[in-house]
Order: sequence, then structure tokens, then C-alpha cells
Amino acid sequence: MKLPIYMDHHATTPVDPRVLDAMLPFFTQEFGNPASRNHAFGWAAEKAVEQARQQVADLIGATPKEIVFTSCATEANNLALKGAAAMYGEKGNHIVTCVTEHKAVLDPCRQLEEQTFRVTYLPVQKDGRIDLRELRAALTDKTILISIMTANNEIGVLQPVAEIGAVAKEKGVIFHTDAVQAAGKVPFDVNQVQADLVSMSGHKIYGPKGIGALFVRRRNPRVLLAEQISGGGHERGIRSGTLNVPGIVGLGKAAELCRTEMAGEAARLARLRDRLNEKLHQSLDGIYVNGSLEHRLPHSLNVSFAYVEGESLLMGINDVAVSSGSACTSASLEPSYVLKALGTGDDLAHSSIRFGLGRWTTEEEVDYVADKVAAVVRRLREMSPLYELMKEGADLSKQRWTAH
Amino acid sequence: MTYSPKVIDHFQNPRNVGSLPKDDPHVGTGLVGAPECGDVMKLQIRVSPGTGVIDDARFKTFGCGSAIASSSLVTEWLKGRTLDQALAITNGDIAHELQLPPVKMHCSVLAEDAIKAAIADYQRKREANAAATR
Repeated sequence: MKLPIYMDHHATTPVDPRVLDAMLPFFTQEFGNPASRNHAFGWAAEKAVEQARQQVADLIGATPKEIVFTSCATEANNLALKGAAAMYGEKGNHIVTCVTEHKAVLDPCRQLEEQTFRVTYLPVQKDGRIDLRELRAALTDKTILISIMTANNEIGVLQPVAEIGAVAKEKGVIFHTDAVQAAGKVPFDVNQVQADLVSMSGHKIYGPKGIGALFVRRRNPRVLLAEQISGGGHERGIRSGTLNVPGIVGLGKAAELCRTEMAGEAARLARLRDRLNEKLHQSLDGIYVNGSLEHRLPHSLNVSFAYVEGESLLMGINDVAVSSGSACTSASLEPSYVLKALGTGDDLAHSSIRFGLGRWTTEEEVDYVADKVAAVVRRLREMSPLYELMKEGADLSKQRWTAH
Repeated sequence: MTYSPKVIDHFQNPRNVGSLPKDDPHVGTGLVGAPECGDVMKLQIRVSPGTGVIDDARFKTFGCGSAIASSSLVTEWLKGRTLDQALAITNGDIAHELQLPPVKMHCSVLAEDAIKAAIADYQRKREANAAATR
């Protein structure tokens, strides 16, 4: 087993060597611009791009013409939200999203609010999922767009996207879902979900960074977007800019591998994830899984270790790469807004660790991580005044603290 | 976040972790911070009745590595000091010694607060005892 162990696959994933092999020729020999319509270099590049478009479409049950390549998923989210808002703004000025969305959805929503749009941020329940009754209640005759992610990047919780899609369809509202964490990991079909706009990323699915895709529905209904980057009319006029051919080829290959290997891989990862969770629970008391265990990505686990602060835990397990919802690990000095939205107390949000297993995670690594985390949590609890107070029988919620 | 070697040393080999009997009249206890802010420090000092010098100091800290290192460091510094000398320790001294980055300055502030809170607790006890024996 090699150290350090990477267990942060929600942040990014390594490029699969098979993906890299597919990409390499397009940096050197096959370097053509697919927009060059009158020579063999351009044709070869265009053929590769169209093959990748088919591979991406196949992963999500779409048709190739419905796939628009972007520079990343953040751009795809911006294009979906701002593009739809600009195109349908005359029909209505209301957007519904959710408090636990990624910043790549929340920040564009904030920008739209500075224009003429009104945005409803739905709360989530304790399990991290929205309440469909609240979604229905939020919709008005001015609502043009619902944007709810398929799976959350911090807690891995799956939203009821098929049910949301049905509500959107019934009300004639466009449904965008950020499927960056879910696509390629769990079955996702644009027609089963009735999604109109779907954002995806290359580097979350063992493809390269710097490439994303947006599914834009062409039938029932045909969704139109106002372009956000202009200059040449590439990608059917929705997204200009010379195509990143190696990146697109990589995304296509990554999508194909995810599709063909998904069933076995999801089952393997779920077993390893459950093993990690069980081992942690066997070794430690005072630990809490954040978000629904039932509706969750198979490779995802987010746990709070009470009485221990997350950044110090990360420092203690320095040969394991994971993330924490602790404020100390972010620039904001605020603990994770996602965990706060779940109703997790700020103290437990500071104590959270996100484990993201991946394609090359082994059982040996899982066992090592579980043992290491348990040992460090025990050591830090011996140093923790909160753990000591709890052992003395004090009620920490009644203690008078000096907030600073 | 990269940590200075001194922070890493104090985090991996914390000095003087533990507790002193908090009802001992010669022990002062400071508990500062809040769990929802992500750091809580408990700092205890024992003052030698004969000399008025701090002869023992212990800490327990819930917080990031820099918070743990700040409290560990001050327990080292406190031993052998009079209360006035202890009160002269500033957060700037702590931050400088540990080379804390700006985002970690609050850890050193909290450690200074903990010193002041522990000394205040000790002095409160002494005054209460003096009043009781009078």
C-alpha cells in the first residue's frame, strides 16, 4: 500500500490511463481544429469530437446534438442558469434552487438576483433532501427555472430528481440539475429524470480538468439558451470558442468507461464505503453520519466526530487526503453551509470529515484509514476539553461560552 | 494550509496536556472560546503558595493545529513566571514564536485570553478565601 492515500474523490479524480491514452494523439499528430471544415486535420478532429459527444450522450441517455462542451462544469452551470434566465426572462423572473447547491449554482443565482430575478432557496430536511411539497409551494406563474443538484458534493446525498423533474414537467418549468458528482457514478437518464439542462464535469469522472458539458434538451420541450461566450458560433451558437479537442476526447472516453463499468464499480464502492462506516462506528462513540445513508452516492461518506475539530483531525491523519467542513480549512472562517443547512450544529460541522472513495481505492486502504482516523480521534479527544466536560456529565449546550 | 515546524512539533508532541484539580485553591482555570466557533481552550495554572510563581500549567484544547500549538506553547512559557510576568505574554508573542499566518491570529488571541482567564479565576478564589478566613 502506498502512502499518502487519496480519499477525496469529490474534489477531483485522477485521469484514468485509458482516458489519457485516448487523449494523447490529439495534442500532437491529430491537432486539428474541428472548425477547419476544408482539410483532413479539421475532419479528424471533428470526427473525434463527434465520437466523444456520442459517448457523453450515451452516459445520460441523451442524443449527441443535445451535448454542448464547455470549459468546466462551473461554466456549464453559469450557461444553464444565465442562458435560460436571459432567454425566458420575459416569461417570468422567478428561479427555484436549494440552499445546499454548489457555489457554481448559488453565485450565478445571486448575480441574477441583482438583475430582475427573484430566487427561492429551498431548505433541506435533516437527511439533506428537499421536501417536494415545499418545491410545489414555491412555484408561481412567474417561475421559469428549477435548479436542484442530483448529488451533493459535500455529503453525497442524492436529491429526488425524478420527482422534481415530474413537478417541473407538470408546471411547464425548465429543470436544470448539476449532475457533476452523480453522472457516471450512479444511473442517470435525462428522460427518466425529465431534466432539461444537465451539467457535467470531466475531472470528477476520471477524465481531465478543463472540460465540462451541458445537456440542453432539444425535444419536449426544445430548450433555448442565450449564449454567454460569443465569438464564432461554435457548439450550435450556444458556446463559442475553439473546442478543447483533447479534453473533449478525454471526457468522452471517461464517460464511456463510467457507463460500461458503473454497475460493478458502484457495488464495489458501496461495499467499501459501508465497511469504512462500520469500522468507524465500531471503534468510536460520538460519531454521526451527515445526510441520508440510503439516498447517497456509493463512494461517499461524511462523518462528524464530536469533540474533535476537523482541521486538527486532518493534520493528525496527514498521510490520508480527505476534506473537512471545518471553518479552519476554508477561507471563509464559517463552517460548511451545507452541514449547517442540515441542522447539524456548528460544533459538529467543525468536526466533519468527507471521505470520497474512488476507482483505485482498496479494502486495505479503507482499513488503514479507519484505524488511523480512530486513533487520531482518540488522541485528540484526550486533549479535548469538550470531551472531558461530556465525560464529567456536563451539558455542553448549557455551558456558557465566550464566542469570539 | 502549511504549518510551521514549531506548530507541527507542538501538535504532534503537545506539552502539558491534562487537568489540575479545579477546586484546589492554588489552581486557576480559564475556559475560553466556543464549540460553534471551532475552538475551546482550557488552561490551568497552579501558583506556588510560598513564592507566588506558577509551578505547573496544563491545557486541553478543542481546535485546529494552531490552537493546540498556541495553548501547548503557553503552558511551557507560564511555568516559572509570576502572575505579572504571565500577564505580560501577548498574542503577538505567541503568533511570532509559532509563525502563525494571519488567518490563525485568533488562535493566539484565544491563548492570551486563556492566560488572563486562568489568572482571574485564581485571583477570584484567593479573594474568596481571604474573605472567608477574615
